[in-house]
Amino acid sequence: MSTGAKDHAQLSDIFNKDEARVDWHDETLWFVRAKRDKAANSLPEWEALRETASQIKDNVLSNLHDYLLQFEANAEKNGIKVHWAANGEEHNKIVHSILKESGVNRIVKSKSMLTEECHLNDYLHKNDIEVIDTDLGERIVQLAEEPPSHIVLPCIHKKKEEIGDLFHKHLGTPEGASDPVFLTAAARDHLREKFITRKAAITGVNFAIAETGEFVVCTNEGNADMGAHLADVHIACMGIEKIVPLRKHLSVFLRILTRSATGQPITTYSSHFKKPRPGQTMHIVLVDNGRTTQLGREDFRNSLKCIRCAACMNTCPVYRRSGGHSYHTAIAGPIGSILAPNLDMKNYADLPFASTLCGSCSNVCPVKINIHEQLYKWRQVIVKEGYADPKKAMAMKAMDFTLSNPSIYKIAGKAGRWVLKHAPFTVNNKLNLWYKHREMPESPKQSFGEWYKQNNKND
Amino acid sequence: MTVGLFIPCYIDQFYPNAAIATLTLLKKLGVDVVYPTKQTCCGQPMANSGFEHLTQGCNDLFIENFSEFDYVVSPSGSCVLHIKDHLHADKAEDKALGIRKKIYELTEFLTDVLKVEKLTASFPHKVGVHQSCHGQRGLMLAQMSELVEAPFSKPLHLLNMVEGLELINLKRPDECCGFGGTFCVAEEAVSVKMGKDRVADHLNGGAEYITAADMSCLMHMEGILRRQNSNVKVIHIAEILNAQEF
Repeated sequence: MSTGAKDHAQLSDIFNKDEARVDWHDETLWFVRAKRDKAANSLPEWEALRETASQIKDNVLSNLHDYLLQFEANAEKNGIKVHWAANGEEHNKIVHSILKESGVNRIVKSKSMLTEECHLNDYLHKNDIEVIDTDLGERIVQLAEEPPSHIVLPCIHKKKEEIGDLFHKHLGTPEGASDPVFLTAAARDHLREKFITRKAAITGVNFAIAETGEFVVCTNEGNADMGAHLADVHIACMGIEKIVPLRKHLSVFLRILTRSATGQPITTYSSHFKKPRPGQTMHIVLVDNGRTTQLGREDFRNSLKCIRCAACMNTCPVYRRSGGHSYHTAIAGPIGSILAPNLDMKNYADLPFASTLCGSCSNVCPVKINIHEQLYKWRQVIVKEGYADPKKAMAMKAMDFTLSNPSIYKIAGKAGRWVLKHAPFTVNNKLNLWYKHREMPESPKQSFGEWYKQNNKND
Repeated sequence: MTVGLFIPCYIDQFYPNAAIATLTLLKKLGVDVVYPTKQTCCGQPMANSGFEHLTQGCNDLFIENFSEFDYVVSPSGSCVLHIKDHLHADKAEDKALGIRKKIYELTEFLTDVLKVEKLTASFPHKVGVHQSCHGQRGLMLAQMSELVEAPFSKPLHLLNMVEGLELINLKRPDECCGFGGTFCVAEEAVSVKMGKDRVADHLNGGAEYITAADMSCLMHMEGILRRQNSNVKVIHIAEILNAQEF
């Protein structure tokens, strides 16, 4: 996503110009977090489920090579064609070549964050292939020519009136119509025609089972099923970390996925695809795109345990008040901030700093990724690799000098307090970002150190 | 038992009353407290900004100041968590590790080590408790709303011993205030919005005071309250536990 090279802080600043909208965005996502809490609390074994899910994923990451080969062998036995893509570009080329071979130039696609990550829509568009996103939220942002702002709720940043305007413009609904039931019905009519007429369908993959060679796609709208069942060609795109060893492991993951995501007990459709129906061809594209690099980074490898539930986004007080687009990457929020620097450290050097390290993300994570600790660790890596602002680096060196020397610290503290008291205008001005919306602390007569010296002469 | 009192730099400079209350309270409870006068800072502002490699000076100084004590106690959960997680010294790693094991935030020291069950404090006011994240989620001073676990709270356990104190209810009992160290200026817009929302929750609950086991969150919220010309005040939990208002 191009943001004119603005960083998270600048984009958040723009987002915060409309405070009422920030309040609405925050409340909307907090509502989802509250639903998640209710769903989690309905299961006394919730924490045990999280621990189990985490351990299964740890096992997957430690044996990924073997599980992938097992999955490939079983999938091919089932009649699925398996492709391997080292990066996003290869992935896009593979998808394009399958479509070309099939003679298809208009397709439907259900939700897949991987294809967002690889910018597949752009690539296919440039190659004269029309892609219709069939997830309602994704269709809305597609009509608006925007990327999704959230991995589960792609158009959560849009109000129903804005969606009404979009539908009026693109789908011909009456001007001013904004009733969600009415708009959804209009979208359903619009999409039905696409499902019936498109010959190829792309879906994502939530879980791929090594033991059986099948894969599972979870949707609430049934749009993946509509697309795949009506199309002659089904292409499923998945990141290589989506493997689970055994089918029975779904009894853990399907229970935690949607409870964490939206607070539902389970997705409306959890569809298993094992083999193509007669006359259909089925493809799976297994994509690395930086995942093996991340797997090799000891401090960050377990970010690959992510099952894309977005609980970390919904709970993140920063995400709720800055919006998904402020992260200028396909996967926003806390998890995006630990995944993105792996792909491009320079471009995403700002993201690990877009957090107070409050730790709520790690607590809601159903697979127990230590997200906030990884944010801290990415900060260290980014600074060491030279992507920190040079002004900040100078300030930090000055701070180190002052704080390593008790006598200099005492003089600096006293000088600072004197300035605050006697020359506040030098601090209370627009160059001081603290002062823009906050008063400076009042300067006390004495520091504690000075008070202690005066009152504990015998110590 | 001798306790080394660690007063973080910004409390030393801007909030001496929180430090005085901590010292007085510990002494009142019969603890032998020493304040090493050559202390400065735990190094967290640098480390959280990605410059942990520049904190060796602070680390060495910290070890020099505090390794001799039986316990190190501090009225700041965030600084304590930093020391617990990140204090290192190639030349004295055993001493660093020793400090990491014996450093306590004030309320956890009172609850877990001194096992305080009674206080002679009185503070007849409506008080909102801000759960500072590093204390709560890092040091586990209180149960976290995200987890499906039994509730507990060390700060509340102590505040419940204070006569006349009335706790107010919050809509979001453990949402971050948005201070976040250098985040408060690097991400000014979001930081301020988070602070305003947190303060509003306390104001809607009818708080006269907002308290916390971390002064940095309170400094941030105080800046917002004062800009809004609010009468609501911030106060460190040590000042309440030490209060004698009737």
